[in-house]
Amino acid sequence: MAETTTHVAEPTRRDFLYIATGAAAAIGGATLVWPFVQSLAPDAATVAAGAPVEVDLTPIAEGQIVKVFWRGKLIFIRHRTPDEIKAAQDVNVASLRDPQPDAARVKDGKSQWLVVYGNCTHLGCVPLGQQGEYHGWFCPCHGSVFDTSGRVRGGPAPINLPIPPYAFESDTKVIIGQEATA
Amino acid sequence: MSQHPTTYVPKSAFGRWFESRLPVAGLVHSSFVAFPVPRNLTYFWTFGAILAFMLVAQIVTGVFLAMYYTPNAAMAFQSVEHIMRDVNYGWLIRYLHANGASMFFIAVYIHIFRNFYYGSYKAPREVLYILGVIIFILMMATAFMGYVLPWGQMSFWGATVITNLFSAIPLVGETIVSYLWGGYSVGNPTLNRFFSLHYLLPFMIAGVVALHIWALHVPGQNNPTGIPIKSGKDAVPFTPYATIKDIFAVVVFMVFFAYWVFYMPNYLGHADNYIPANPAVTPSHIVPEWYFLPFYAILRAIPDKLGGVIAMGAAIVIWVFMPWLDTSKVRSTAYRPLYKQFFWVFVGVCLVLGWLGSRPAEGWYVIASQICTVYYFAHFLIVLPVLGFVERPLPLPNSILESVMGVQKGGAGMPAGANAEPQSKG
Repeated sequence: MAETTTHVAEPTRRDFLYIATGAAAAIGGATLVWPFVQSLAPDAATVAAGAPVEVDLTPIAEGQIVKVFWRGKLIFIRHRTPDEIKAAQDVNVASLRDPQPDAARVKDGKSQWLVVYGNCTHLGCVPLGQQGEYHGWFCPCHGSVFDTSGRVRGGPAPINLPIPPYAFESDTKVIIGQEATA
Repeated sequence: MSQHPTTYVPKSAFGRWFESRLPVAGLVHSSFVAFPVPRNLTYFWTFGAILAFMLVAQIVTGVFLAMYYTPNAAMAFQSVEHIMRDVNYGWLIRYLHANGASMFFIAVYIHIFRNFYYGSYKAPREVLYILGVIIFILMMATAFMGYVLPWGQMSFWGATVITNLFSAIPLVGETIVSYLWGGYSVGNPTLNRFFSLHYLLPFMIAGVVALHIWALHVPGQNNPTGIPIKSGKDAVPFTPYATIKDIFAVVVFMVFFAYWVFYMPNYLGHADNYIPANPAVTPSHIVPEWYFLPFYAILRAIPDKLGGVIAMGAAIVIWVFMPWLDTSKVRSTAYRPLYKQFFWVFVGVCLVLGWLGSRPAEGWYVIASQICTVYYFAHFLIVLPVLGFVERPLPLPNSILESVMGVQKGGAGMPAGANAEPQSKG
């Protein structure tokens, strides 16, 4: 009886049980983390409140920027003037930090309407409209500059103001949060 | 604590009965009564006690505020105004708590720079020091989330800017941010979880503080000479010497604290935070609380989002490596003539960074921030490692006693570094 199996080089059933128990505890513990992490994600009510929103464009005059909210996020709807459209189009795309032609940032035939997220891509401040070197937007927080297409032209912002999913239901109505189906 | 066998003998029968079951009185006696303290400590060594006091003060005022505060995006701002106007002494408790955060950071910065100056971070106190860095990071997280709770404009936009820092992480950044927010933007779920964590973190700080004090009691305190206690003559007992001195320092600090609370309670805040949060309008100039400004300046100095975030994080994390980056065998800057100059330049750079962090990010402010940021990192990565090799330190005194009482027998001081080894402790 004095000679137990503790010094045997070969794994014993007890070693197996230790490892199996330890593994079960580790996997079980790790699995239990999952619901807690998931509980931090946007909840069902928040997701439901994120349904698409309809915006009537009629009252938005040329040259005006209107702020709307979708999913708690600020969105700019800008009715661009012909000058602003021209300025946005006459740019050497290759020279941009986040190269994107203006045509890729508006819907076909609706180049007067620019719809972009209203938070600076640097750290989320609200840029001020019609300001900055390119008269697009200027972010007062850390100095990012955007042009009339919402593309970053200076400052620390890494990318252009992103385009939310949206579709024109008619010439005067836009649905934000939903891509065109047809 | 375990290093210093207690001589504590309970006087009463109950004391003996209790001590044999839970030896807490003996622990307190060996740690805070009989514990040997270097006899040459200055008032810079009282900031540990001041910080302990501030932690307790913040927890006590915070618990009372939580009785009236409502962590809901629609009601939070009103509930803070309710505390200010309707709750008996609510104004006092809130001002104590809000200014208390600033006092906490003033004390911690003095504590940290005292540590830098006297080389307290060096062997054998590396773990003690790293625990301190962890406490500082927890303090920053706590203070940041606390500033969000009143749900004013600075709260909202500060939360937006800081949480968006995580979106700089490639691939998973956006997901992480939505998990921080609990939504698609900073909103009610964000406020709720920040309140929960703001209540939790101080107790985590308290836990790490216990480890910090435990780690302190293994080698004992550093002192202005940086040389260890070698004999009983180098030390005095913690009680009454350190106890009374700490209490006196805490009282003086309370006077300073009270001045802010009663005479300029909003000086360190921002007027914008008395405007309810509005996600459609950014304040014209978003600034964090003053204690974050140097790090904020470093963030903005880098013209790249991910780079800025990494630099800001690195500015704190680099502290962890200081015990190994500093190659000098001499602890105290008092005996390092060259490093003394670099130390004060570094202090100056940190202050300038703080000032730059409060300026708008434009023009020469950006360039100055970049220069200071480069110097900040150079201090750790170049100055600290190189000076240890090229600097010729001043001769160290033979003992702490000698440094305060003068050389007793006229013997010449030992050559520099000869007794800098930390092994022999009291």
